[in-house]
Amino acid sequence: MYIVVVGGGRIGYYLTKALLDEGHEVVILEKQAVICDAINDELGSVCVRGDGCETATLAEVGTDRADMLIAVTGEDEDNLVSCQLAKHKFKVPRTIARIVNPKNEVLFKKLGIDVTVSSTDIILESIEAEVPTHPLTHLMSIRDRGLEIVEIRIPTSSSTVGKAIKELELPPGSVLSLIIRKSSRPIVPQAETILQAGDQIIAVASPESEVALRTALRGS
Amino acid sequence: MKIVIMGCGRVGARLAGLLDADGHQVVILDTDSYSFRRLPPDFHGTALVGNGLDDSILKRAGIGEAGAFLALTQGDNRNVMAAQIAKHVFNVPRVICRIYDPLRQELYGTLGIETFSPTKIFAEMLRKQLES
Repeated sequence: MYIVVVGGGRIGYYLTKALLDEGHEVVILEKQAVICDAINDELGSVCVRGDGCETATLAEVGTDRADMLIAVTGEDEDNLVSCQLAKHKFKVPRTIARIVNPKNEVLFKKLGIDVTVSSTDIILESIEAEVPTHPLTHLMSIRDRGLEIVEIRIPTSSSTVGKAIKELELPPGSVLSLIIRKSSRPIVPQAETILQAGDQIIAVASPESEVALRTALRGS
Repeated sequence: MKIVIMGCGRVGARLAGLLDADGHQVVILDTDSYSFRRLPPDFHGTALVGNGLDDSILKRAGIGEAGAFLALTQGDNRNVMAAQIAKHVFNVPRVICRIYDPLRQELYGTLGIETFSPTKIFAEMLRKQLES
């Protein structure tokens, strides 16, 4: 694939390195000459100096034949404009934007950006996963389906301990996929499975039904 | 009419003063409160410190009831993004956006935003002036 990366910061640099290793043809657009030279010294001639929000620069690197444009500068508005130019002016089939403000995800989708990656969200999720008392942890989101894979721990005090799965009032659309128990193999929950204290439950749910799911599994 | 202006530079401040004198309800946004020094002393509108790309600031500015939104900061991309938020999220009836770069201005013009490029207008004006 031919991929245009906008922004030669740390993310742009390591991303390009990884994409090159996978055998893709990659070019990075970077405004600052110093950064540009440093990248070219290390990775070979992959970096072109220029503003990835300018039509002339994008045309110069042949964006019209690119399969993908990935905008990873630190400014949400710059990433938006790069992706919109790529999409509307150069008909690039797939555009990916990094966003710093997680609130912009909805807007970018609305404006036709194919994929957004929020570094803030990813860091937040990883930190949440490391906080043991947190009742519900997001493991992964399946964005294009609007689903979340979450982990819920059943504390000893929970009113659902000793109950069978079929007795729980699970919100519609949520699916319990796996129960991880100490001292046993992970089990696929059945209607008759009895919840035990300390169970880690992996479930799939929509973001709206998360609270209901947590209540159903842990009691109120 | 309620009008929200983003960017209190020379153009933004001057326009805010004119519209205010015409009897419009003007709210002007800037990230730097020092910019508001440019507003005329008899300005009756609201000056609000904040980033126009943040929807909570736009709500505080009352964008929901605004009849027009103008993006007049120094950054083309910032203007473009704010204009699209005003148009597509808050459905402001009239959205005008300054884009210095003529090529970007043409593209966003075709994407349904009212845009103007001071670069293009000024160059054209100077040419006419010289050739007349």
